[in-house]
Amino acid sequence: MLSLFKTAWGVFLRAFEKRVTVSYPEERPYLAPRFRGRIILSRDPDGGERCVACYLCAAACPVDCIALDAAETEDGRRYPSFFRINFSRCIFCGYCEEACPTYAIQLTPDFEMSEYARQSLVYEKEDLLISGTGKYPDYNFYRVAGLAIKGKDKGEAENETPPVDIRGLMP
Amino acid sequence: MPKIYVDGKECEAAEGQNLLEACLGLGFDLPYFCWHPAMRSVGACRQCAVKEFKDENDARGRIVMACMTPVTEGARISIDDPEARAFRAGVIEWLMASHPHDCPVCDEGGECHLQDMTVMAGHVYRRHRFGKRTYRNQDLGPFVNHEMNRCIQCYRCVRFYCDYAGGRDLSVFASRDSVYFGRSEDGTLESEFSGNLVEVCPTGVFTDKTLKKHYTRKWDLQAAPSICVHCGLGCNTTPGERYGRLRRIRNRYNGSVNGYFLCDRGRFGYEFVNGDKRIRRPVLRERPGEEEQIDAGEAIRRASLMLGDGKRVMAIGSPRASLESNFALRELAGPENFFSGLPDNEHKLLRLVLDILKGGPARSPSLSEVGRADAVLILGEDVTNTAPVEALMLRQAARKRPVEKAVSRKIPEWDASAIKTAIQNEKEPFHVAAPFATKLDEAAKAVYHAPPEDIARLGNAIAHELDRDAPSPEGLEGRIAQLAKDIAEDLKDAKSPIIVSGVSLSEAVVKAAANVAWALEAIGKKAALSYIVPECNSTGLALMGGKSLDDALKAAAHGGFDTLVILENDLFTRAGKEEVEVFFECFENIIAIDHTATRTTSAAGLVFPAAAFAEGTGTLVNSEGRAQRFFKVFDPEGDIAEGWRWLGRIMEESGAGTAWSNIDEVLESMASEVPELQEAIDAAPSAGLRMAGQKVARAPQRFSGRTAIHAGRSVIEPRPPEDPDSPLSFSMEGFQPKGLGKEPPPELIPQFWSPGWNSPQAVIRFQDGTNGGLRGNDPGVRLINPAEAMPGYFREVPGPFRPRKGEWLVIPVYHIFGSEELNALSPPVAGLIPRPYIGLNPEDAVKLEAPPGEEVALKAGGLHLKLPARHMPGLPEGVAALPVLPGVERLRLPQWGVVARPKESAA
Ligand code: SF4
Ligand code: SF4
Ligand code: SF4
Ligand code: SF4
Ligand code: FES
Repeated sequence: MLSLFKTAWGVFLRAFEKRVTVSYPEERPYLAPRFRGRIILSRDPDGGERCVACYLCAAACPVDCIALDAAETEDGRRYPSFFRINFSRCIFCGYCEEACPTYAIQLTPDFEMSEYARQSLVYEKEDLLISGTGKYPDYNFYRVAGLAIKGKDKGEAENETPPVDIRGLMP
Repeated sequence: MPKIYVDGKECEAAEGQNLLEACLGLGFDLPYFCWHPAMRSVGACRQCAVKEFKDENDARGRIVMACMTPVTEGARISIDDPEARAFRAGVIEWLMASHPHDCPVCDEGGECHLQDMTVMAGHVYRRHRFGKRTYRNQDLGPFVNHEMNRCIQCYRCVRFYCDYAGGRDLSVFASRDSVYFGRSEDGTLESEFSGNLVEVCPTGVFTDKTLKKHYTRKWDLQAAPSICVHCGLGCNTTPGERYGRLRRIRNRYNGSVNGYFLCDRGRFGYEFVNGDKRIRRPVLRERPGEEEQIDAGEAIRRASLMLGDGKRVMAIGSPRASLESNFALRELAGPENFFSGLPDNEHKLLRLVLDILKGGPARSPSLSEVGRADAVLILGEDVTNTAPVEALMLRQAARKRPVEKAVSRKIPEWDASAIKTAIQNEKEPFHVAAPFATKLDEAAKAVYHAPPEDIARLGNAIAHELDRDAPSPEGLEGRIAQLAKDIAEDLKDAKSPIIVSGVSLSEAVVKAAANVAWALEAIGKKAALSYIVPECNSTGLALMGGKSLDDALKAAAHGGFDTLVILENDLFTRAGKEEVEVFFECFENIIAIDHTATRTTSAAGLVFPAAAFAEGTGTLVNSEGRAQRFFKVFDPEGDIAEGWRWLGRIMEESGAGTAWSNIDEVLESMASEVPELQEAIDAAPSAGLRMAGQKVARAPQRFSGRTAIHAGRSVIEPRPPEDPDSPLSFSMEGFQPKGLGKEPPPELIPQFWSPGWNSPQAVIRFQDGTNGGLRGNDPGVRLINPAEAMPGYFREVPGPFRPRKGEWLVIPVYHIFGSEELNALSPPVAGLIPRPYIGLNPEDAVKLEAPPGEEVALKAGGLHLKLPARHMPGLPEGVAALPVLPGVERLRLPQWGVVARPKESAA
C-alpha cells in the first residue's frame, strides 16, 4: 500500500522536471539527411530520370513492397514504365537505397505520411519522382557506364578510350 | 573409373574427361569461361587454373589449366591452393579491366556467368587505372542484341556459331587486346540457331532482343517446365512470365532431347501468347458480324444445348492441341465422330509412320541419339526448316567419325581445337537426297537432288544393295545405282546409322526410308529411323486415332450432323477456302475452342478461349514418340482455360458425366479408353507429389514485388492462384530446387538455379556428372517402341519421274520462319518470314521467261495463284515449289499443276 503512494509521489515530482517530450507538430525535431523516411525517386543533374529499371531495389526489399516494369526510350535509356511502392508494407530499412546503383531511389527525412485508408499508402511513380537530385547532386550513371545513349557515344563514358577500329592494321 | 584426389579428398572421375569436367561433375566450384559442356575445351581464358601435384610427397605442385589436363589415375590436385586462387583472381581482374560498369542496364545481370565467376574468384575492386577499351555494336537483326564492350574474349560464340552450328556470318576480327566478335557488317544473323548465343556467351554481349523489349530479371520470372510447340521435336523449354505477359523462352536441358540448344523458331516464336489476336473470353455470334462476349457459365450452358438432346456432333481435333484436349473432345463426340483435322495425305502418312515404327525393328531415335549417329542418310526432308534442332544434331553426327578417328590418334575428345585441326574438312558418311538444295547439303559427302519419286527409288536401291530381298527399282540410271551402292557401303560400315525422312513429301519416300532401315536390321545393324512430323502433337494425334479431315468433309456432305466442335485448329490452313466454307454450311452450330482468333473461330457461333501452351497443362508426343508434360507457367487473365477443362465442364452441364477435377483424372480415363496412350500418365509426377511437404515453387526465391504487384488495384493481397493439376505452386513459397541432389524429379524443375550459379550454366548442378542426363532420368516416356519381328518390305517402288509437257509437279517447301502457324504470329519472327513465291528450276524459269521476282501464275487443284518466281537451285526440271506460308492458299501437295506467265494463263 505504502509503495503505491511512493510511486505516485515520484510520478508527481516528475511534473516539475525539465520536459523531454517535444510538442509535435508545433515543434519539429531536427532530422538528419540520412534519416530513413518517405522514399523518392530522383533525377540526374541533367534532369533525366535516374532510375534505369534494374530491379535491384525490388530484389533487395525484404518485404517485397516495390514493383516496377522496365521500358526503353527511343534514345536508348531504360526507365520504369510504372514504379510502385506499397508503403503500408515498407519498413523503411533503406536496403533499396543501398542496392540502387544509380542513386535514383532515396529515403528522405519525411515521415508524415499517415492515411486513413491503407490504399492511399500505395505510391505510384507520379507520387515518387521528384524534380531534383536529392542527396547526391553530381552522379549521372550514364556518364560512368559504357552503354551508349543518345548524346553519349561509345568511348565517351568515364575512363573510356575511343572505340577500336576493328579494320585497323596496326599491331 | 580413375580415382583422383581433390584437395585431399578421394573422388571418382569418369574416364576420358578433363579435370575441370571431373571437378564440376563432382560438385566442386571451379571458375571457367571458355569451356562449354557441348563445345568442350580450348584453354583460352586461363580461368580454370588448379594446382597439380606429382604425388603425395610433392608439396610444391604446379599450376595447370584444369580444362586442358586429362584425368589420370591417382591425380592429385588442389582448387583451394593459395597460389591457384591468386592466379585465378589475377585472371579475372585482367578480364574485368575494360569491363563497362554496365550491370544495371545489362540484360545478362542476375544470370551472368561473368558475375558468378567474378564472385567465385573473389575479384572486387578495379585497380587498373588506365582507360577502358570500347567497341561499336552491330545491329544483328530482330533476335539478338549486341553490346561488344562486355566481351571477355572466350571465343565461345564463334565456336558455337561456326564450329557447332555451321554458321558462316559470325566471326572474330582485329587482333591483340581488341579482338571483336561480330559480323563483317550489320545485318540479321543467318543461322537458325543464333538465339543460342544468348545462353552460350557467358557475358552480356549477346542478349535476347525480344526480352529487351519487356525486360525482366531472371529472379523475377515465374517459370514452369514446358515444351516447345513449334515443330514435332518437342524441345524442352523454360518460358518465363511476369505481370501476365510471357517474357521469354530459355532452353531447358534434357539430355535425351534437345540438350543445351533451341532453334530460333522455338526461342522467339513465343510472342503469339501476348498477341492482340488472343481470345480471352467466350464469344457468342448469333448472327454473322454480330458478336458479344458472354460469361463462362452462360457459354457452357449454350454449348450444352447445342450438344445435348440427341444432337449429332462432329468433332475435329488438332495436332497442336494436347493429348488431354484431343481426348476430351473424342469423349464428347464419341470415337466414331472424332476427326483429326488433318488432310488425307498427312493423316495417312502419320498413321503409316506409326505403323512402321511400331511394326518394324527400326527404332525412332531420341534427338541426342541422332547427334551420336555415325552415318546419316536423309531422304526427302529439308531438316533445317522442318525440324531445326534435329539438323543441329545431324551436324554433330557428321563429325562423329572424324572425331573418333582423331581420338584413336590419342587426341582427347574434349580438346576441341586439336580435334578441329585434326579433322579439318573431312566429310564423313552423310548423304542427302532432297528435292532442292538444302542447308545440310554442305555437310554431306553426296547430295542428290531429285523429285519425290526418284528419291524413293534411290532409297529402295540402297535397301536392295543392303539386302537382296528388298525390292529393287527397275531401270535405274547407272549413276544412281553407283550412288546407292556407295551409300549402302557407308551405312554398312557404320556402328549406329540413322535414316532421316519425314511426311512432307510422299508415301513412297516414307516407305523407302523404312525399307532402308529394315534392310540394315536384316543384315544385323541397329538402325535408327527418324521421321520428322510437322507439329508438336502430330504423333500424339495419330496415336489417338480418328479419321481425316477429308473424311469429315465427306461425312458432313452426307448430312445428318447438327453441331461441329473444332479444337485449336484453323481448318483454313488445312484445306482450301471453298471446301471449308462449304463444310461449315453443313452445320447448325459451330463451336470453336482456340487461343487465337483465326478464320475458323470467326466462322464459329460460340468460341471458348483456350489456353496457350504457357497458360495450361497438358502432354505432347514428339516425333520420337516421347510423351512430355508441359505445365502452366502463369494464371492468365480472363476466362482462359485448357481445352480439356472446357470440354469437361460442357459434358458435365449436358449430363454426359462429371467434369474432371484435374489433369490426372483426364489421363486416367485416357489410359483406360486409349490403351496406346496408357503410359502418357507417367510423363510427369502426379499432382499429389510433395517435396518436404510442400509444392515446388514456380517463382525463384528472390522473386520481388509480392506485396506491391497487386497493390495498384487493391492493397489487400490476394492469395496466389491454386493449381490442381501439378505439384507446382504459383508463388515463391514452396520447395526451391537447388541442385546437387536438393531437387524434385527433373520433370518439375522450373528453372535451373543453384547457389552461386545464377546463369544457365547452373544446369551442371542438376546433371548426373558433367554432360550426363538430368539426375533421376531425363523427362518424358516413350510411347512407341519397335517390334522384334521383321515385317515384309514395302514392295511397290515407283517408276522414275517423267516431266510432263506444260505441267509441273508442285511440291511443298517449308520455312523455319512462317511455315508453322503459331510462330508466324510472333512479331519478331514475322519480319523474317519470306514473301510468298513460286519456286522454279532456273532453266524452267528461263524457258518461261520468268526472271526472279517476275510474277508467274500457278493453276492447280482448282486454285489460281499469282506469285513472284524464285529460282531454286537443285529443284529438278518439271518440278515447281510452293512454300507453306501464311497468305498462301492451301493445296494438297504434291500434285500436278500448270505454271505460266500471267498473260498466257489468262488467255
Ligand atoms: S535500384 Fe535504383 S535504378 Fe534500379 S530499379 Fe531501383 S530505383 Fe531504379
Ligand atoms: S556482362 Fe555480366 S558483369 Fe558484365 S555488365 Fe553484363 S551483367 Fe554485368
Ligand atoms: S562475345 Fe561472348 S562468347 Fe564471344 S568471346 Fe565475347 S564473351 Fe565470349
Ligand atoms: S526444333 Fe522444333 S521443338 Fe525444337 S526449338 Fe525449334 S521449333 Fe521448337
Ligand atoms: S575454362 Fe579452362 S582455360 Fe578457359
